[in-house]
Amino acid sequence: MSSLLEGGGEEEIVVPAIKEARSRSALALGGAAARLARAGALVGLVVIAGFFPDLAHSNYLTSIGLQIEILMCLALGLNFVVGYAGMLDLGFAAFFAIGSYTTGMLSVHAHWPILATLPPAVVIALIGAIFVGVPTLRLRSDYLAVVTLGFGEIIQTVVNNLNQTGGPEGIYGIPPLRIGSWTLTSTASYFEIFLFLVVVFVAVSARIRHARLGRAWLAIREDEDTAQAMGIKVRRYKLYAYMAGSVFGSITGSLYAPAFIAIAPPSFGFTESLLVVMAVSIGGIGSIWGALLGAGVVIAFPEVFRQFAQARLLVFGIALVLVMVLRPQGIWPENGLGFGRLQQRWRSRRVEGARR
Amino acid sequence: MAALSVRELSLRFGGVDALAQVSLEVPDRSLFAVIGPNGAGKTSFFNCLTGYYRPTGGSVLFDGRDITRLGAADVAALGIRRTFQNVRVFPKLSARENVLAGAHLRASASVLGTLFGTPAHRRGERELAEEADRWLDFVGLADKAAVLAGDLPYGVRKRLEVARALIAHPAMLLLDEPAAGVSSVEREELASVIRRTAADGVTVVMIEHDVELVMQLAAGVAVLDRGRLLVQGSPEAVRADPRVVEAYLGRRQR
Ligand SMILES: Nc1ncnc2c1ncn2[C@@H]1O[C@H](COP(=O)(O)OP(=O)(O)OP(=O)(O)O)[C@@H](O)[C@H]1O
Ligand SMILES: [Mg+2]
Repeated sequence: MSSLLEGGGEEEIVVPAIKEARSRSALALGGAAARLARAGALVGLVVIAGFFPDLAHSNYLTSIGLQIEILMCLALGLNFVVGYAGMLDLGFAAFFAIGSYTTGMLSVHAHWPILATLPPAVVIALIGAIFVGVPTLRLRSDYLAVVTLGFGEIIQTVVNNLNQTGGPEGIYGIPPLRIGSWTLTSTASYFEIFLFLVVVFVAVSARIRHARLGRAWLAIREDEDTAQAMGIKVRRYKLYAYMAGSVFGSITGSLYAPAFIAIAPPSFGFTESLLVVMAVSIGGIGSIWGALLGAGVVIAFPEVFRQFAQARLLVFGIALVLVMVLRPQGIWPENGLGFGRLQQRWRSRRVEGARR
Repeated sequence: MAALSVRELSLRFGGVDALAQVSLEVPDRSLFAVIGPNGAGKTSFFNCLTGYYRPTGGSVLFDGRDITRLGAADVAALGIRRTFQNVRVFPKLSARENVLAGAHLRASASVLGTLFGTPAHRRGERELAEEADRWLDFVGLADKAAVLAGDLPYGVRKRLEVARALIAHPAMLLLDEPAAGVSSVEREELASVIRRTAADGVTVVMIEHDVELVMQLAAGVAVLDRGRLLVQGSPEAVRADPRVVEAYLGRRQR
């Protein structure tokens, strides 16, 4: 079969050729220099993003930017579950809700400072993740999708009906976030806070991805039966993915509450869960850059096409379908944009040609 | 001493006896082969040893310890590693990451180390990555470290699976038809990999149809036929046994 055609000599020639090509390209310098250049580019990117509210000089644009950052944070959380561990989760907004409502209730009713509400929010989210995860993670992925969907609905129904959560009106008058003597009141200041959170989440995601935990998740996603032969406890590691997602989701929710002052059940429903799934899958399953890009697209696209009024959602739907058909691996897949592999394919074809 | 001792192992699928009262002993640090015609129960045998199938009867002792009811991950934790007949690499991971996945139990699980990238954690990861590259080199894939496993040809993936198993420093390695579908050049390399692994003190059990390879490598051979252990002995004795000739060699003309 193809193995007979491809095996041996030709590849020995192709691979060094690519290496050479890569080392020559300005974008991918070798070793330490490359790492330094990449780090520099990233810092530059973050600094530029930090000036966005000043540059845009528009409350509307800043608030769109803030929404994108929030979805980025959620997408990075769901990326653990969907992207790395390969499980479908249709109720991720539940953790976002747990974070928001814990912070909202503790700060409004019990007058806790916002930062102090973070630990309980995370703990409650973790308990929720374990409560739902332990009995269901033994199920195959499609059942899990149904259970998580149910969990999302239950959380929304609960906050919609309890007096303590303000029922359908939700919680309002959430005090601003205070960090030392800095009190955050403007949209721009929350933009900066969430920019910081995105950076932290990206760093944590990247570290986990290239450690034992991340490799175990990817092995499970790729083939969970085979993963067991490596000594990977599949059920336990799936639970870890779910828990990691719940931590990111609840922290995002906790900081969302003071940023928007008021929170209400409609922001935490199935639509929100679906937006996060969309951000992860449009961007590229398992890819950090993809999750960021996907969040940007999911928020920005309907805004850009605002003049089409109702039709914009239709346009968005069509665009989504196009992405799925034309680029099912996402806009920015985990193994890069694909130029390297295209180059490899092209080169190997050339080598083959030359040999004939 | 026997590394592996299997007692009256049975496995039934509906009306089919995949394994019927199979008893055998694999000596410690030996190179052992399991042969038999298609459907004889060889893969089922491996699956029972490694926690993938739950035997319907009998027991499996590894290093004197009963592992019959352990799950696959627990068996792996005891130092038993395997490859799969229908090659199972992680296609969207690079060759190096496939090997690193095999080192799961050896990698640092420290949460703080992972989150903050402490010097000790980084050093551990770097050393593991370097070792992964050495194992890739060991199986002849030094230049494929960065290639996605899904892009590798079949024979190369088989060797990748071996590297992925070896990085765990297993006490016992089970190879399910390592030479099937592999080119003759690769077969030589593979034979050398297996020989060096066994010489390193790893107990190797391999299922193999290639009789030449078995005769060349194995110290002991067990023949399965329709779930039953037909013969066990030295390669020469097994080759000469009329029952084997009738059940296996004769039928397959190999
Ligand atoms: N999961 C299963 N469900 C039902 N029957 C099975 C299952 N696994 C194996 N069998 C049956 O058990 C018998 C032995 O199969 P097994 O795969 O162990 O044979 P084998 O010796 O490895 O054959 P081959 O040389 O073709 O790989 C066959 O009859 C097969 O159909
Ligand atoms: Mg088999």
